[in-house]
Amino acid sequence: MQTPAPVDYARATSVDHALQLLEQHGEDARVIAGGHSLIPMMRLRIASPTTLIDLNDLDELKGIRVEGNEIVIGAMTRHAEVLDSAILAEHYPIFREAEKLIADPVVRNRGTVGGSMCQADPSEDLSAVGSALGGTVVIRSKSGSRTVPIREFHFGPYMTQVADGEILTEVRFPIRPGAGSAYEKVERRVGDWPVASAGVFVVVRDGVVSDCGIGLTAVGAEHFSAPGAEEFLVGKAPTEENLAQAAAIAADSCSPVSDQRGPADYKKHLAQELTLRALRRAVAASQGA
Amino acid sequence: MTAVEEAPISAAGNPIGFGSMKRKEDQRFVRGQGNYVDDVNLPGMLHGAILRSPHAHAKILSIDTSRAEAHPGVVAVITGKTLEGIPRPALLGDNFAWMPTLSYDTQAVLATDKVRFQGQEVAFVIATDRYTAKDALELIDVDYEPLGAVMDAKKAMDPSAPVIRDDKGQTDNSITDVLGNKYWESGNAIGTQEAIDKAKADPNCVVVTQEIMYPRVHPAPMETCGSVAYLDPVSGQLTLWTTSQAPHAHRTVYALVAGLPEHKIRIISPDVGGGFGNKVGVYPGYVLSVVGSIVTGKPVKWMEDRSENLMSTSFARDYHMNGTIAATKEGKILAVDVDVLADHGAFNGVAQPTKFPAGFFHIFTGSYDYPNAHCKVTPVYTNKAPGGVAYACSFRITEAAYFIERLVDCLAAELGMDPAELRLKNLIKPEQFPYETPTGWVYDSGQYEKTMRLAMEMVGYDELRKEQAEKRARGEYMGIGISFFTEGVGAGPRKDMDILGLGMADGIELRVHPTGKAQLRLSVQTQGQGHETTYAQIVAHELGIPPEDIEVIHGDTDNTPFGLGTYGSRSTPVSGAAAAVVSRKVRDKARLIAAAALECSPDDLEWSLGKWSVKGDPDRAKTIQEIALLSHGSLELPEGVEGHLDATAVYNPPNLTYPYGCYICVVDVDPGTGQVKIRRFVAVDDCGTRINPMIVEGQVHGGLADGVGMALMELIAFDEDGNCLGGSFMDYLLPTAVECPDWELGETVTPSPHHPIGAKGVGESATVGSPAAVVNAVIDAISPFGVRHADMPLTPANVWRAIQGNPVRVDMAVE
Ligand SMILES: Cc1cc2nc3c(=O)[nH]c(=O)nc-3n(C[C@H](O)[C@H](O)[C@H](O)COP(=O)(O)OP(=O)(O)OC[C@H]3O[C@@H](n4cnc5c(N)ncnc54)[C@H](O)[C@@H]3O)c2cc1C
Repeated sequence: MQTPAPVDYARATSVDHALQLLEQHGEDARVIAGGHSLIPMMRLRIASPTTLIDLNDLDELKGIRVEGNEIVIGAMTRHAEVLDSAILAEHYPIFREAEKLIADPVVRNRGTVGGSMCQADPSEDLSAVGSALGGTVVIRSKSGSRTVPIREFHFGPYMTQVADGEILTEVRFPIRPGAGSAYEKVERRVGDWPVASAGVFVVVRDGVVSDCGIGLTAVGAEHFSAPGAEEFLVGKAPTEENLAQAAAIAADSCSPVSDQRGPADYKKHLAQELTLRALRRAVAASQGA
Repeated sequence: MTAVEEAPISAAGNPIGFGSMKRKEDQRFVRGQGNYVDDVNLPGMLHGAILRSPHAHAKILSIDTSRAEAHPGVVAVITGKTLEGIPRPALLGDNFAWMPTLSYDTQAVLATDKVRFQGQEVAFVIATDRYTAKDALELIDVDYEPLGAVMDAKKAMDPSAPVIRDDKGQTDNSITDVLGNKYWESGNAIGTQEAIDKAKADPNCVVVTQEIMYPRVHPAPMETCGSVAYLDPVSGQLTLWTTSQAPHAHRTVYALVAGLPEHKIRIISPDVGGGFGNKVGVYPGYVLSVVGSIVTGKPVKWMEDRSENLMSTSFARDYHMNGTIAATKEGKILAVDVDVLADHGAFNGVAQPTKFPAGFFHIFTGSYDYPNAHCKVTPVYTNKAPGGVAYACSFRITEAAYFIERLVDCLAAELGMDPAELRLKNLIKPEQFPYETPTGWVYDSGQYEKTMRLAMEMVGYDELRKEQAEKRARGEYMGIGISFFTEGVGAGPRKDMDILGLGMADGIELRVHPTGKAQLRLSVQTQGQGHETTYAQIVAHELGIPPEDIEVIHGDTDNTPFGLGTYGSRSTPVSGAAAAVVSRKVRDKARLIAAAALECSPDDLEWSLGKWSVKGDPDRAKTIQEIALLSHGSLELPEGVEGHLDATAVYNPPNLTYPYGCYICVVDVDPGTGQVKIRRFVAVDDCGTRINPMIVEGQVHGGLADGVGMALMELIAFDEDGNCLGGSFMDYLLPTAVECPDWELGETVTPSPHHPIGAKGVGESATVGSPAAVVNAVIDAISPFGVRHADMPLTPANVWRAIQGNPVRVDMAVE
């Protein structure tokens, strides 16, 4: 049995209460959502927060809804809910495809969208999905709310825009009629983190790509994104050749590191291969829509 | 000898004899009522935690425990210095800081001079609870001077390599076994070399050489290792609840380690949550709980966490095997030679019979008939955790079977011959048994071709090859892999086999109570194999007592006879034989008592399941239950017959038993990502008589999953600095149900001629046989890319790199 260091615990009853608790317990306090990243780190004593502020009662942060032409996902929405969401399945199948491959049912029943974003693990799958789709992240502090573009939310491994005393409350994605989306991931074993993943959306209109987004994780892509490849593709016909070229550009912009999941050259290859596979399927979906 | 026959059914619905029945022990396990070491809680019990080295190789300059000692709740902090101050009989070195390993080497209990692997034990904190003990670890200040680490076994003998065992006055990293040898050989070196040279010169022959690595893996039992020690300060009695596969062997080792009188030591192995060899050895943590109890006068519990288990306890494999095989162009094998570099880690802790420092690796000749074979195994020290017996390895048979089955596939590739055809050409024929191999084993029995043909038929081999050809034409890559393995299990004949001088025979004791219910006391120790059921069935088969009326008692040295424990698939071949023998002793005695009761001569009686009856007059009979009561009653017993119906036996096996099997795996490989999907797996096992076929199949299922894990994902690698890269389940990947196909099992039954019930043992068959089937299938799938070999684990990265012609080196950090 792995044993964390001593820690205090407080249960928030509202977002305002959580923010107040954060202030009260100081900078070594941490909010806890699903706990599936934080608790393992505490058990290994990589993280030793002095106080845990539990967000699990905050219904105001839970759920997936459509607001105007945006989809809003509350920070405390569980992976399992994302996986099962009819709204997301309708607009962005990429969520379902990614969620099916995130961890296992036990983790998905507890782990949250907000926790995933804030953990900012360089291999987080939802970060790639978020980057592919663009959109915004809403962060709240005692002094109010601010909105940050999702591609500016992460600024390095385990580093986000969420400062001391702040809480991420929701993530918002624009709805794009006619978009096709897809997610591709290679893992060493079911439930493992990705060796590499690529997620894309594509809108094909009148035979050309009118809009697209490419997100990549675990391969050292800046902001989990590949803007050069997107720029290349927009305005072009979605031919196999153009998709392949875009995938190559995407891979080129990655700088993966070798680890036990695989050597850097392999990960770079996967960035290309998985981007291409995802693009093909997203194009087909958009054309079929 | 008995093959499979229908057993009558008892009132409780169980077979009175052999046949599938639910496991008796599962009543408590499925209800969560198992009793493991961590469930043991004694009044006043304290908790220990171990401070471990962050370095693979470093000098200890100083250890300051004062802050930890001052921490509230801490009772004592023990370091190597403390242990050096506790005297002990000179036989084993004069203090507690070092202990003997199962291979006559020494291992530090707590490091005094240097640390020699990452995760090595440095200090032991004893506190009022587990959390406090762990908290206090962070308050111990150790000043290390890092030394260069030897992480690449291939460089261990470089003149420039840092010397690890300077404590023994060594000047290099060679290992000398108890017989004084620095390497170990078996077979015919000269004849093998001549045969290979001749083949090289002969245009009608081929010679194939291949380096094959079996990387370091870990048993990773669900329950980690631990112990609760209580040395009663008044009586001097030590009671140790511990995770042990071999309680009696451990008792003797503690007598030697602690210098305690053996009659004052009681080892209790309660329920054990998986062993796979991980719980054969004696670990510093166990010894420290004993020392802790001596120091504090209280019971002390030590339970390691998952990372400690993965990083510091017995690993398995780590064999670099360089093989050469010679054959005619028609595919007749002529000779096999193999040179092995064995990485034993920082202390030589392998558990092997003394005369066989490389275990039974010399069974590498496999299931084939050829005259010349030779192996040379050279062990070295490295800055890695010690161990080496573990993981259902059957004393290195896993390495041997993988080696030959991989090499034969390399030969098939070279010859352009179907690997099934090549195997069929070389299998030992039924009439050749008992078959003596070129390395000296005498295989007891087998019908190899029959087994192989059954597997091929079950999988639809010819159709699969057709499908494969069609797919390849379309650019799709499927592969078919075959493994035909033979194991030698049930160690072993005591004239040949001992561990630390303890012969490998097993004692057993059977008591039949007046009402005909029985207790069987075993020396072996189940870790999930189902002994409480299987052994009851053996007694039921021999005596006709229903299995539900037989209690199997094990895991407590005060209540069971001596024996060497459960590993190497030895329980059924050795202790299972003992169970049959002791039952027959009871049956013979029952005959004398029945004759007295029936007032006839014993010669006039005949046995049918559960009763002795007068020949030709079956109504004049006494059941075993009636005889049990008579034996305890007032019946006048014949001269020389003592009362009661108990017996003991010690079984010394005349030979090993040789289970075997043919496994065929079908995979699909995505060459764009390197991902492998196992589509099918057919396993035909011949383990002789099947006592409980359901348990046999369960053992096979587990072993197959294990094999898939090792073939595709499990690995303990190290970086150059000595960091263990498999120290948690994030990094040490075990297979899940998703990676396992629906196992398709088949059987042939060729009983062992010398085993009393013809059973051969099956605990490790699937672990031994399956990795080669998976790897052969993957290599077969990607052979169009010119790939002939890649080392396990075949992760997507590794497969993709192999296709690129640039396979990764698996034992070191991926670059
Ligand atoms: C076995 C296993 C396998 C996994 N596999 C994958 C995988 O394949 N792919 C993948 O992407 N992920 C994987 N994960 C991670 C999983 O998705 C986690 O759920 C996720 O990383 C964290 O979510 P959580 O809600 O559990 O966060 P927690 O662990 O509760 O928190 C994580 C961090 O975020 C902070 N935080 C949480 N919520 C907020 C908030 N609203 N505002 C500000 N800060 C916040 C916490 O303080 C903490 O620092 C795996 C996890 C496990 C245990």
